Amino acid sequence: MSTSLSGPEPATQAPGREPVRSGLPRKSRTARNHAPITATGLVVKVVLLGLVAGIAIWAAFPLIEAELWVGLAILAVTTAGLCYLYLTRRHIPAKYLVPGTLFLIAFQVFPVLYTASTAFTNFGDGHRGSKDDAIVAIQSSSVKQVPGSTEYSLSIATKGDPTAGPLVFLLTDPRTREVSAGDAAGVRRLDAGQITVSPTGKVTAADGYTILNFGQASARSPEITDLVVPTSGGAIRSNGLSRAYEGKAIRAYDAGCDCVKDSETGKTWTADEATGSFVAADGERLAQGWQVNVGLRNFNRVLTDPNISGPFFGTLVWNFAFAIGSTGLTFLLGMAIALALHSPRMKGTNLYRVLLILPYAMPSFAMLLVWRDMFNTDFGLVNNLFGLGVDWFGETWSARAAVLLVQLWLGYPYMFLVATGALQAIPRELTEATSVDGASPWQTFRAVTLPLLLVALSPLLIASFAYNFNNFNAIYLTTEGGPFPADNPTVGATDLLITYTYRLAFGAQGAQFGFAAAISIFIFAIVATVSAISFRRTRKQEEVYS
Amino acid sequence: MTSLTGTPVATGGAPAANRNAKGRRKSRWFRQVGWRHLVAVLAVAFSLFPILFVLSAALNPRGTLSSTDLVPTGGVSLENFANLFDRTAFAHWFVNSLLIAGLAAFLSIFLSAMAAYAFSRMRFSGRRVGLLSLLLIQMFPQFLAIVAIFLIFTTMTDLWPTIGFNTPWGLMLLYLGGALGVNTWLMKGFYDTLPRELDESATMDGATHAQVFFRIMLPLVAPILAVTALLSFIGTINEFLIANVFLTNTESKTLAVGMFGLVAGERNNNFGMFAAGTLLTAVPTVLVFQLLQRYIVSGLTAGAVKG
Repeated sequence: MSTSLSGPEPATQAPGREPVRSGLPRKSRTARNHAPITATGLVVKVVLLGLVAGIAIWAAFPLIEAELWVGLAILAVTTAGLCYLYLTRRHIPAKYLVPGTLFLIAFQVFPVLYTASTAFTNFGDGHRGSKDDAIVAIQSSSVKQVPGSTEYSLSIATKGDPTAGPLVFLLTDPRTREVSAGDAAGVRRLDAGQITVSPTGKVTAADGYTILNFGQASARSPEITDLVVPTSGGAIRSNGLSRAYEGKAIRAYDAGCDCVKDSETGKTWTADEATGSFVAADGERLAQGWQVNVGLRNFNRVLTDPNISGPFFGTLVWNFAFAIGSTGLTFLLGMAIALALHSPRMKGTNLYRVLLILPYAMPSFAMLLVWRDMFNTDFGLVNNLFGLGVDWFGETWSARAAVLLVQLWLGYPYMFLVATGALQAIPRELTEATSVDGASPWQTFRAVTLPLLLVALSPLLIASFAYNFNNFNAIYLTTEGGPFPADNPTVGATDLLITYTYRLAFGAQGAQFGFAAAISIFIFAIVATVSAISFRRTRKQEEVYS
Repeated sequence: MTSLTGTPVATGGAPAANRNAKGRRKSRWFRQVGWRHLVAVLAVAFSLFPILFVLSAALNPRGTLSSTDLVPTGGVSLENFANLFDRTAFAHWFVNSLLIAGLAAFLSIFLSAMAAYAFSRMRFSGRRVGLLSLLLIQMFPQFLAIVAIFLIFTTMTDLWPTIGFNTPWGLMLLYLGGALGVNTWLMKGFYDTLPRELDESATMDGATHAQVFFRIMLPLVAPILAVTALLSFIGTINEFLIANVFLTNTESKTLAVGMFGLVAGERNNNFGMFAAGTLLTAVPTVLVFQLLQRYIVSGLTAGAVKG
């Protein structure tokens, strides 16, 4: 399913650009009928649609090769649809909407729906694939070296980057000196012409592969130890960095009892379809399970499990405080400075403005890391400047204050810019009229300027709230959610729901994608509700203004 | 009069007799402007001191965090900049970031401008639903979809390596998925403020809808295009999470991913190089900012007024 979506994408760029050129040549102004077809427009249209077709054909070949017929069908339908849409004179709105919408569907709607659907499963570490995958994994990980099993000379290689690319075992059979490449998918024989083998039997070069040197290989030795290459009779595993053996699986799946048996101890683990794992009589579970539907169990767990729901509501409160705090503080400071600079008698405002908005132009990811280091206890700038020894990120409230201060610094230039613009848009007559009527500056501000500013800026404030509610970088790049209470390493004092969820989904304690997806649906519901309510209120206000 | 308390202006607000009014107003005028300058200077100081720290760290010849102060005390050198280019693939990261952010910003505002034109000027079924769902989709924490995105692109890398992992093109396609969204709303608000008579008269003169769009609407919405382009550019340059999953080859990384790697392991020792990189990263943004500056203030608020 996922593959098929990629097909149309390169194609859509072309129709997106199509009308640009068709519009450029100024064509016969004499045409008086309603929708004249300009010759240049037509040519450009045909050329670009040809390009779309070309890209579609380019994209089709790999699909045919991989026999992904559904993907091919989607590609064909999309291309045909695009050609129809831009050749017909009807459906004018669609001509403008379709290019962006195609990208939206492929890269946002589809992944989001997919994620949402995993909220009803136990997808995560140990529950990634199908039951068959789990059985293969159980069998091959139980492989043990038995007397008489084949020993291979091993070279570690990769097709990508030596530090991160997926590992491949290059195995030389000591008797036949034949070389095969093995990875988690299985073994493949390599042509003798593609490889160079040293007298000791080790592969020293192979076409298409990068051989890892000893240093690179030992840096990745945990991965090498974990790599199991399945074979027909068992599996191949590494034994150190230069030898590998083919061993026999001591655990095997028995379809008759739908269970896994250990041939050494005789213990059996029976399949449990409700949790997607093999469970022994004494309750022991095998680490490798499979993905099953769990219904609403993930949602129940958020609401009822005291280990989850306690921290969840605490985090939710802080999350609101953080979002409102960062939005409110940046707005207040930005507006205050904008008001201060908003005076016809003020000189040098342009210079001030350029300097003030510099934080906005600095790369925020980098500045977050810089702020993190400025709050460093031992050699951070903040402690150095003020002669303090505060462990800023070590205490709950100082960490929260620090995070908000960082947000204030990053965000207020934007609010300043926006407020300046809104102030300039307020008609002078209004403020003049109030002062003629005898209002003080404060009264003018309260009764005229502030309401008009709020009407103009409330959509941006809501957007800023929604953004800060899920401001992952602000926390992850500074405190990483800490400080953590001693008894609970999963939720820290500055954790937002989103960083908490990220830790659940990708954290060191094992991925729980299904559960993380359930929480992200909660987050979505909260943000959507808050935004919907506030948008309703501003809509009413806005009618006054426009 | 009493309600003046709370504003600094109020300090001069004693009841004024008529004959003194002129002199008092003058002194008040000075105090008013002086106060404004004071606020501005303080704000500039707040804005600049972390940037000053970065500058000082970048020029610090020892290049460590612990030896960096607000002003460079241990001499000044450009060694960190040289190291950045010698020891890391910074030049690659820089080019990648510019390419991805620039092209993605350009294409996404174009897609967004087209969609906003349709939403603002045309009436069709599904218009309201379309607008609302654009808002709604944005509120899903999208990066949690990263597992799904990872699976999609694993397959794409197998089928079409040129638009798969570790290529700028794949990442750009992904960013274009977010082209329609808040920006479309901003632009639609701006289009709505343009009088309809403009395009109606053009249509009467025989212009096609494409001509109306490209020759009349687009030039008029230039300010909002500039703003959304800038926002999109800044957003893309700063995007870290998805890029971090997407780009693992040293040479295909973007600035955010590459520089995070620089301080992830050796926080103290690489700080000088990291600061130098930060300054260089800011250069394109500042340039774009200066280039578009005259549009920015009017564009931001014009969009804001209508949301």
